[in-house]
Amino acid sequence: MSQKKEALFSKKNKKLITDPLDDNNPITVQVLGICSALAITVQLKPAVVMSFSVLFVLSVANVVVSLLRKFIPSRIRIIVFLVVIATLVILVDEVLKAYVFDVSKELSVFVGLIITNCIIMGRLEAFALGNTPWKSFLDGIGNSFGYAWILIVVAFFRELLGSGTFYGYPVLEKLGIYNFGYENNGMMILPPMALVTVGLIIWVQRIRNKKLIEPK
Amino acid sequence: MKVFRNLLDAIKPNFERGGKLEKLYPAYDAFETFLFVPDHTTKKGTHIKDAIDLKRTMFMVIVALIPCVLFGMWNVGYQYSIASGESMTFIKQFNFGFWKFLPLIIVSYAVGLAVEFAFAVLRGHQVNEGYLVTGMLIPLTMPIDVPLWMLAISVIFAVVIGKEVFGGTGMNILNPALTARAFLFFAYPSWMSGDKVWVQNASVDGYSGATILGDLASSMNWQSLSGQWSMSDMFFGTVPGSVGETSMVAIILGALILLFTGVGSWRIILSTFIGGYFMAYLFNLWGYNELMSTPAHIHLMIGSFAFGAVFMATDPVTASQTNKGKYIYGFLIGVFAILIRTFNPAYPEGMMLAILLMNIFAPLIDHYIVLANVNKRLKRATV
Repeated sequence: MSQKKEALFSKKNKKLITDPLDDNNPITVQVLGICSALAITVQLKPAVVMSFSVLFVLSVANVVVSLLRKFIPSRIRIIVFLVVIATLVILVDEVLKAYVFDVSKELSVFVGLIITNCIIMGRLEAFALGNTPWKSFLDGIGNSFGYAWILIVVAFFRELLGSGTFYGYPVLEKLGIYNFGYENNGMMILPPMALVTVGLIIWVQRIRNKKLIEPK
Repeated sequence: MKVFRNLLDAIKPNFERGGKLEKLYPAYDAFETFLFVPDHTTKKGTHIKDAIDLKRTMFMVIVALIPCVLFGMWNVGYQYSIASGESMTFIKQFNFGFWKFLPLIIVSYAVGLAVEFAFAVLRGHQVNEGYLVTGMLIPLTMPIDVPLWMLAISVIFAVVIGKEVFGGTGMNILNPALTARAFLFFAYPSWMSGDKVWVQNASVDGYSGATILGDLASSMNWQSLSGQWSMSDMFFGTVPGSVGETSMVAIILGALILLFTGVGSWRIILSTFIGGYFMAYLFNLWGYNELMSTPAHIHLMIGSFAFGAVFMATDPVTASQTNKGKYIYGFLIGVFAILIRTFNPAYPEGMMLAILLMNIFAPLIDHYIVLANVNKRLKRATV
């Protein structure tokens, strides 16, 4: 078997990272991981922490499953995935508890629920099971960034309009906007507005990227 | 009229295909058809045509709303004169309300139509008239004190998220006017509930301007309230509340216009009232809290129950389309409105939420009605 050695960052590999950012975004195109996008985007800080946690779990799980892909019996593969993900999630949870306890309290059950984040399961099943570790790693990075930027954009707007702060800093108060009679929009704090915000992002994305519009 | 015709004809070439302002044709078309009956003819085959089109239908609803608008304006002034203790003549009260209410109407129409025009031009379709009614309904469901910028935001939200994303007039799932109100209610609750917002400048002298529903929800006794507001107060509508919702007389007048012209569905209106009465009566028998033990016929007169039943539930786009479905749809609106009112004092305005909920279920109801009919007829088939 004389397979041509592929460069580490060949065009194809680069696409693994850039694709999930736009054309194949896990949230706005594949519509996975919506639950956490609704739950933890009230403020920026938890959203950022969540993004990093998913980045770690997804990229490492992708590599581990890719390494094991030839040994995993296909009938019990979901259970194996769960064991891998759960191990990593517990690691993340412990680290968060140790170093950023207040954020960990805020995220509470949602760290544990990374296990059920559909993006991770989806990538393991659809990609890592059939690709080399390096490619799987890139795929994991790409998808977590695709997930992260949506999360952060949604959280940015929800925090700014809902609580009038930016990463906990009271921007609107410092700018003196409240003196003009401005008030925070209580609706932005409620989960439905996360859904509407994601919907608006999808709208903008489809205006820019015509490829995403289904043929009639 | 001639002047307008000449003016329109003079600028028409600019907007037609190949003209300088081709892109703005929808905007031009909107003005032309608004002012004159369109002279479009059908190209092929024979059609049966009725002179009533969407614009005329919508116009009838506006006419039906006039009693509510006029009464609402006067009531704003009247409530203010009670609260401030200032003695005002009838004309002065009306004037006061007129100048308070006018900005709400202007903002509602200006913002809403701007969004509609923008979408029509972007998408190259006709400007739909749907907003004519919505634009009037929105200010009528607002407390008089609502800040104009909040009104503008909720109008934008309602038109864009409630209507345009679904494809514009005729495609929306939710009633846009109620979407605007619900948005405002959840976004800025301090402006939409409580006892300070329903009367202009209610903060004077610790005067309580709570609506009757608000008082009942805060477990005020029904008997003590009926000392404050008599039955005829509620019927004629001289009580605090959203601008258009208080007067049964004005609403009944509007309902008669809607029913007489065939624009509103009597099935929906009737079954909504029956549903509300039925539920309230059941709760009377239970009598667990103040709202439950409020007599059933009073329930139908307070809050926005009647206004919602006549003007919101009958919205032809979001209601059920089948006749049987309309009975079910209306009945459940009534039931849910009373249910939400009594069980959740945080949402005394159950009517809004009940109608929005049933808007979502309307297609499902229709689906099963149609399916049942298909099955019934299949059984009859011999082959």
